[in-house]
Amino acid sequence: MAKIIIDEMRCKGCGLCTIACPGKLLSLTEKINLQGYTPATITCQDKCTGCALCAEMCPDVAITVFK
Amino acid sequence: MQQVFKRPVSLKDVQTHFCPGCHHGTIHRLVTEAMDEFDVQKRTIGVASVGCSVFLYGYFDIDVVEAPHGRAPAVATGVKRARPDSFVFTYQGDGDLAAIGTAEIIHAANRGEDITVIFVNNTTYGMTGGQMAPTTLVGQKTSTSPYGRNQQKDGAPIRMAELLAQLEGVAFSARVAVNSPKNIIDAKRQIKKAFRYQVEGKGFSFIEALSACPTNWGMNALAANERVGSEMADYFRLGVFKNTDNM
Repeated sequence: MAKIIIDEMRCKGCGLCTIACPGKLLSLTEKINLQGYTPATITCQDKCTGCALCAEMCPDVAITVFK
Repeated sequence: MQQVFKRPVSLKDVQTHFCPGCHHGTIHRLVTEAMDEFDVQKRTIGVASVGCSVFLYGYFDIDVVEAPHGRAPAVATGVKRARPDSFVFTYQGDGDLAAIGTAEIIHAANRGEDITVIFVNNTTYGMTGGQMAPTTLVGQKTSTSPYGRNQQKDGAPIRMAELLAQLEGVAFSARVAVNSPKNIIDAKRQIKKAFRYQVEGKGFSFIEALSACPTNWGMNALAANERVGSEMADYFRLGVFKNTDNM
């Protein structure tokens, strides 16, 4: 059981986490945050293994990982 | 559940001004993580350069001196000599280190000053509007080379990590990239090695980090990230060019 939390206010929607996730579980939403970007979201939390590669890749340190 | 990934203590919990997909944020995190692991935050004095890296003092929870353009290694030399117990590093871009600051970096390296230099190479002047830098790749279009960099006219890009590795005073020189989780993990390992040289008082250590500048390259974040691993890493080979201690 693993869980990630994406800080939607800090995410700039660059999408680098979407290519880092081995399970391709991350995608960008269509809603716009306060900065004017479309933040990333996890589509299937249950499949997350907590490898933290998305967090390693995130330039804005917007992802925290629990395992 | 345990938290397995969190923000480094030395990295302030603030929003950065960097563009989406800019690798400065990643390199900031790696440097502060290494700082935390060596437990040097309280005695660290960072020297910021001019460029997008100028707001180092806003993001790193350490003492920072702001150096004039290109002069960070000279300022760091003074700081380290005046306060030899402190941990001193500079954080510079390619327009700063490889252009206006060439004299300072070469002589600080040649003297073997006991400092660490983090050099962020994104092949352009990021902050001032994407002008051609000494590291701009041949053929790359910038605002001052609209037809692409011409090798006959402008020379070939400078490979700083290799250049500095030739100097006697340099203890450690490596080039890393931060375009994939694998490269990021490797970059962190090399940054820690560079820090160890200084923590153990073994001389000048240099890290060149290949980084993307999506805004000035005119690309989206993913395409720019891809370019780092292909075009850039082709010319600027990743690796360790000097490791005097074989750590």
